[in-house]
Amino acid sequence: MATETENAADAAHGAAEAGGAGMPQLDFSTFGNQIFWLVVTLVVIHFVLSKIALPRIAGVLSERQGTITSDLAAAEELKQKAVDAEEAYKKALADARAEAQKIVADAKADIQADLDAAQAKADAEIAAKTAESEKAIAEIRDGAIESTKEVAKDTAKEIVAAMGFSADARSVTSAVNARMKG
Amino acid sequence: MATEAHGEETGGLEFHPLDQFIVKPLFGEAGDPVAWYTITNVTLWMALAVIAIVALFVFGSRGRALVPTRTQSIGEILYGFTYKMVEDVAGKDAVKFFPYIMTLFMFILFANYLGLLPMSFATTSHIAVTAVLALGVFLTVTIVGFVKNGAGFLGLFWVSSAPLALRPILAIIELISYFVRPVSHSIRLGGNIMAGHAVMKVFAGFAAVAAISPFAVLSITAIYGLEMLVAGVQAYVFAILTCVYLKDALHPSH
Repeated sequence: MATETENAADAAHGAAEAGGAGMPQLDFSTFGNQIFWLVVTLVVIHFVLSKIALPRIAGVLSERQGTITSDLAAAEELKQKAVDAEEAYKKALADARAEAQKIVADAKADIQADLDAAQAKADAEIAAKTAESEKAIAEIRDGAIESTKEVAKDTAKEIVAAMGFSADARSVTSAVNARMKG
Repeated sequence: MATEAHGEETGGLEFHPLDQFIVKPLFGEAGDPVAWYTITNVTLWMALAVIAIVALFVFGSRGRALVPTRTQSIGEILYGFTYKMVEDVAGKDAVKFFPYIMTLFMFILFANYLGLLPMSFATTSHIAVTAVLALGVFLTVTIVGFVKNGAGFLGLFWVSSAPLALRPILAIIELISYFVRPVSHSIRLGGNIMAGHAVMKVFAGFAAVAAISPFAVLSITAIYGLEMLVAGVQAYVFAILTCVYLKDALHPSH
């Protein structure tokens, strides 16, 4: 249908168009029109692009680039912070462990010292007690020997008296002493 | 044209592959003369290209979102692609021409793709349009070359690495090739777009014949796919050649 109307139009001004010899591209009567509107179009497009569109797109692109760069930098910073934090944590952990070990060692040393002191004290006490006991035992033993001597003298005196002799105390004592030594 | 009589005879097979390129006033009678200020289908489709570009780049990026929306993302990709192309091909000091190259690239890209819409008008299929674009590039490059390098810009034509005897001959060849640039630059774009659209129209004419219409429809589909590629590639080629010429202007030494 379009070709029909075009055909009709063509037929209507066929005589006028005949000058174009078939090729509308070579119909110079329309050149002025085309060139005029082309120049208008190009000026408008150039104005719109160079004044509005291109600066805006350039701005958006550089802004995006800036945002990406700063985001990457921030991410890098945060990563560094995380690494630092991890290092600090590890250091704190190591410090705490060293501290704990030190405390354990100190406590061990203290306890050892206390233990040594207590042991020394106990040893001294035991030694004193032992000496005391030995002394007491010696006294007891001496006492026992004296008593034995007394008992022996008395017994000897009695035995001598019973046999009818009056015994000289001194000779009895010396005799008992001599026996006790042997 | 002969096809008019032919069309009346058969009533079926009609070929007007070039009628789609006719510039006609948008309002008023079809036969009205086209003055330079007349609002024509050229005006309409260029305006649509402007609207599409504004929609993509201005409204698409109005949120200035750090995480872009889909539309903003497309705009950013086109921006980054073109910027990198200018920087890589023409050098770092060519970045101040980036808005200019972006304007050309986006206009051609959008005009090419809008021209592929059915019933639309392909503004870039007209040699008048592409010639103005190419001449603009040619003049810009030449002026920039002389302003930046003075007479040193003529070193572009003096191939100092060639043997001395060959240099004048090479200079003539270089000079010719330099002036052929805007011609090839414009005809490459206009010719590609025009040829693709004309071929599609020819196959569309064949589609009226029942026996070959499936083949014709399939062919239109295939060519349409090809033209989608061509529309992008031609816009890219135009832009990258502009960058190459700009590099020559900024660094004329071989």
